Amino acid sequence: MAKRIEVSDLNIYYGNFLAVEGVNVSIEPRSITALIGPSGCGKSTFLRSLNRMHEVIPGARVEGKVVMDGVDLYGADTDPVDVRRQIGMVFQRPNPFPTMSIYDNVIAGNRLNNKKMKKAETDELVERALRGANLWNEVKDRLDRPGSGLSGGQQQRLCIARAIAVEPDVLLMDEPCSALDPISTLAIEDLMAELKDRFTIVIVTHNMQQAARVSTSTGFFNLNGVGQPGRLIEFNPTEKIFSNPDQKATEDYISGRFG
Amino acid sequence: MSTSTQSPVRVAEEPSGPIRPQRKLPRYAGLGLYVAGLAAGALLAALTGSGIALAVVYGVVLGTLAVYVGSRAVEGTRKATDRLVTALVTTAFGIAMIPLVSLVYTVLDKGLARFDAQFFSNSMFRVVGEGGGAYHAILGTVIITAVTAVISVPIGLLTAIYLVEYGTGRLKKAITFFVDVMTGIPSIVAGLFAFALFTLLFGNDVRLGLMGAAALSVLMIPVVVRSCEEVLKLVPNELREASYALGVPKWRTIVKVVLPTAVAGLGTGITLAVARVIGETAPLLITVGLITGTNLNPFDGRMATLPVFAYYQLTQPGTDTQAFLDRAWTAALVLIILVMVLNVVARLISRFFAPKTGR
Repeated sequence: MAKRIEVSDLNIYYGNFLAVEGVNVSIEPRSITALIGPSGCGKSTFLRSLNRMHEVIPGARVEGKVVMDGVDLYGADTDPVDVRRQIGMVFQRPNPFPTMSIYDNVIAGNRLNNKKMKKAETDELVERALRGANLWNEVKDRLDRPGSGLSGGQQQRLCIARAIAVEPDVLLMDEPCSALDPISTLAIEDLMAELKDRFTIVIVTHNMQQAARVSTSTGFFNLNGVGQPGRLIEFNPTEKIFSNPDQKATEDYISGRFG
Repeated sequence: MSTSTQSPVRVAEEPSGPIRPQRKLPRYAGLGLYVAGLAAGALLAALTGSGIALAVVYGVVLGTLAVYVGSRAVEGTRKATDRLVTALVTTAFGIAMIPLVSLVYTVLDKGLARFDAQFFSNSMFRVVGEGGGAYHAILGTVIITAVTAVISVPIGLLTAIYLVEYGTGRLKKAITFFVDVMTGIPSIVAGLFAFALFTLLFGNDVRLGLMGAAALSVLMIPVVVRSCEEVLKLVPNELREASYALGVPKWRTIVKVVLPTAVAGLGTGITLAVARVIGETAPLLITVGLITGTNLNPFDGRMATLPVFAYYQLTQPGTDTQAFLDRAWTAALVLIILVMVLNVVARLISRFFAPKTGR
């Protein structure tokens, strides 16, 4: 299931503005890769370019290669819709579909793609995805209620359930805990630890303790100044980054001496 | 008095701290001052022998002044300004309500005379004096408006979807511009357009219900586009991104996520657009004309519609003038009721289709 992603010489643009420059990185399967760095340095932009969500923004484009399993995701004959089916995404703000019930939210990926499924199959899928997202016990009695009635942390786990219900190979998470309290954050971190056996997970976070707790590898993004493109300064195993980083900039950022 | 001795804040009459006790007018004093001003205005008008309109003007000015001066003397400048603006806004609202109330009262007063079963069951076929009804005109209005909606809603909705979801650059700007221009087209021009178009297509002296519907569509399409566009813009981008991230193609995202989320607003906007064109007179006058009998086929011959019916009853009364005037008023009443029902329907749509929070 889980797959390796090779990124080489990736430049990411908004119109003519070069936002992220020259990223070379290899993201290992069955691991959690954390991306840290100051605001505006291009972490989220880089993350969104991994499943071609970047180009949804008008004028946004990408140069370079992102290869998953030997397939260039930005190849001329690659369909972005197929890419997104294999690389799921969880956003910063929980965004369940307001018109759908909890049940329908979980199977939204299948139902919106008109996949024909038997009732028993969907029931099983919903239970499996909700159990996978550690939400089943809290919502099993009210699956037909609207998803927007859940608490913020529950909504975010509902979004994770929705993302894993389509069985992607890779799960991208863009600051999934930034709007949540510590208890919900802990629930989602535990969940990530479980999910990494089945998925390749890439997470963007502002919380360095979180990066240190959950990830196996960490990438540090930085930019030289306003208007300059962001760069991947250092990419190393998490232990090394947080104890003995190669770059001075990384050490400054992690120890709080940044800027 | 016992409270003022107990609470230290109230005792401190001198400006000792940032929070000072607020002197307030008694609860109904503002209203009382205003009414007193109105009365003084009426008195002034009576003394000078002016008419009722001047009396109202005097009263409103004096009342507003009384409220401002009274409040300023007791409560200070900020509160006085607040009361002054409140008085002005309320007066403006009152002025805006006068024509509405007067219109509804007049139409009810004169229209109820013929608001009977016969009006809704008979046409004007072979009626020259009393009796008769607007059965043919009511059905004609409903049919022509329905055909108009069938033409306008798909075009308008799809245009709005294009503008919000797909449009970029010059084409989008051009369409937006021309929709704005269309919004300002006088209704008689829309009627002449449809008249010219159908004369070119079918020759002289053609009269069809469809012609009227085409003219009304010219007026309705821009309204539908604008209201649907605004509603679609309100759908959060996060929902579209959530759908894309699940590997759902764009068109399916629009059909299954964006439109259902916006359905309440779309329904309301479309219903109000229908209400906007249902009372149009000029374009129907020159395209569908009027007949006294019942024609329910919009693809063949003249049809009767309520606005045109009312117009002809009023401008070309027969020997029994009062009967014709009564029918005109009742037709106006029925038209107002139709518009009101559509507005209520729009409210119900937005209430029942709005996404539920489940809290």
